[in-house]
Amino acid sequence: MSELSYIKRPNRGLKIYAAAFLTVLYVPILFIPLFSFNDSLYVKFPLSGFTFQWYIELWERSAVWDSLGNSMRVGVAVSIISTILGTLAARAITRSRLPGQNAIVAFVMLPLVIPGIIFGVSLLILLSRLGVSLSLYTVTLGHLVVCLPFAVATLLPRFEGFDKSMEEASADLGENGWFTFWRVTFPLVLPGVIASLLLTFTISFDEFIMAFFLTGTDATLPMFIWTQLRFPQNFPSVLALASIILLVSFLLVFVALWVGRLGLIEPEESQS
Amino acid sequence: MSSDGFISIRNVGKSFGSFRAIESISMDIQQGEFFSLLGASGCGKTTLLRMLAGFETPSQGEIFIDGQPMSDVPPFERPVNMVFQNYAIFPHLNVRDNIAYGLRKQRLPKAKRNAMVDEMLDLVQLAGYGDRKADELSGGQRQRVALARALILKPKVLLLDEPLGALDKQLREQMQLELRRLQRSVGITFVFVTHDQEEALTLSDRIAVMQGGDVLQVDTPNALYEQPRTRDVASFIGTMNFLDGRVLSRVNGHTKLDIDAVGEIDIPTPHPAIVEGDRLSLAIRPEKIVLHRAAPDGPAMQGNLEMTSYLGERSHFHIRVPGCVEPMAVSAQNADLGEIRALEEGAPVWLSWHDDALIVLDGK
Repeated sequence: MSELSYIKRPNRGLKIYAAAFLTVLYVPILFIPLFSFNDSLYVKFPLSGFTFQWYIELWERSAVWDSLGNSMRVGVAVSIISTILGTLAARAITRSRLPGQNAIVAFVMLPLVIPGIIFGVSLLILLSRLGVSLSLYTVTLGHLVVCLPFAVATLLPRFEGFDKSMEEASADLGENGWFTFWRVTFPLVLPGVIASLLLTFTISFDEFIMAFFLTGTDATLPMFIWTQLRFPQNFPSVLALASIILLVSFLLVFVALWVGRLGLIEPEESQS
Repeated sequence: MSSDGFISIRNVGKSFGSFRAIESISMDIQQGEFFSLLGASGCGKTTLLRMLAGFETPSQGEIFIDGQPMSDVPPFERPVNMVFQNYAIFPHLNVRDNIAYGLRKQRLPKAKRNAMVDEMLDLVQLAGYGDRKADELSGGQRQRVALARALILKPKVLLLDEPLGALDKQLREQMQLELRRLQRSVGITFVFVTHDQEEALTLSDRIAVMQGGDVLQVDTPNALYEQPRTRDVASFIGTMNFLDGRVLSRVNGHTKLDIDAVGEIDIPTPHPAIVEGDRLSLAIRPEKIVLHRAAPDGPAMQGNLEMTSYLGERSHFHIRVPGCVEPMAVSAQNADLGEIRALEEGAPVWLSWHDDALIVLDGK
């Protein structure tokens, strides 16, 4: 008899299904790094040889670095702003008795399911009506709309998960709302804040549709890649760039998920 | 504004929407008193405590602490501190930092602050535990940290919300003694919420018995047990037998009663308000009933032994008396039982009592 319980009993069919599922999901993506090391302009089998040429080429093109810098700036701004707004929203949702609370949560989460193209077009119309010229600021605005629900969704469980009496205890011990937030609430939700920063940065960094509508003269990295697709001779270096982005994105999301699940943060320096 | 007690609760009521959690309550708590709010869950005791702490605002009335009205004072400025039911120890801080949490505003030099924390660790017998995190502490230790964290601020009043509820029986009894010792040594007014009447009787100088958002009686443990003023209090504190009856006459300080299951009895008149014809209840504690195998002199009831529970030092008996809905509960020291001990269930017994064991309650 197996010692495993009914639920934990291994199931060969399910194992095969899981393997097939992961393969279908990730094999296409793996072609990108594969061909980025291929010594040929064309994406086709058989592979013709191993090279770092495309990565070196990437290194030498200033347009790549410019767009990378643009994406970083937008990503950092978006992650910080959306995490701050998400923290405030999550606190308000979990701590106050708001009328129509469920409706508010639904509205905050709605951008998750509204197609980006609709948001993109509508923001573009609005901005051009208002006479705002397109720039990295407008891209940042668009990305905020996209990222805010993710920030709220990451932070809400953190706020829901901790005991309201912690904040009451702090108030009882003489700290007003601000110090209570700073000394108790924030340290306790910090893993969620870090997870939200990483996640929203990654989303902004990879975002294309909003950027497509809202970019002015300065391209973000995905926009730059899009423009490069028209030039066949540049395609392998785009693959190289895509491989790097892929790797960094994976790392960030893994770290975000890991940090977000941490039970508690490391002890801070005791206040003196 | 004059107020009689150190804590003075004046016509305080609280509604949540259409639900009245607390009716209009007035009472006074003296300085240095160990005062308990006792009642079943939902009686409003925790709501009242949270109003003292400032977490809930009274819908009506005013609370004074040391003469000061509290309605416009937020929790973080009140001269009270609270020990929470789940202790609410900050999980991201160690024991020392938890205890020192409320000292920030005092801007003490580090050495002075550490000395105060050490003193508190000693007081709650946690010396050597300063560097532990909350999740490395047992329930009893958490409770001590919560106490130390509150007491270090030298509050005028310490509020305790069922702080012993989460502990096992043995630890609870030990912590009861310690709480009492602590309260005596620091001399701070304690307001203690509990649903455990035994705990309240053991610890308190005075107890407010609460039910349905109302205070039924505020008295010493002894008075609550020996002279409950209403049937609700009498049945809530300890076990009580009730006999219903009617006033026949009052003469010369004596009252003649007709008690349903007993017949006519004559007692010293305790209650100035009763008049001829009133319905009333007589209450009597199980340990004040004397059992006999044969009819004794004087008023007595006859019944049949229904059940015996042997508890070591004492035994409990249920005796079915014709005319009484509930069986009479009797409790006796086994050492005093003699011939009764050998009785079989179903055997006839007589119950008698001293006049002063009878408590006269309003029959309504």
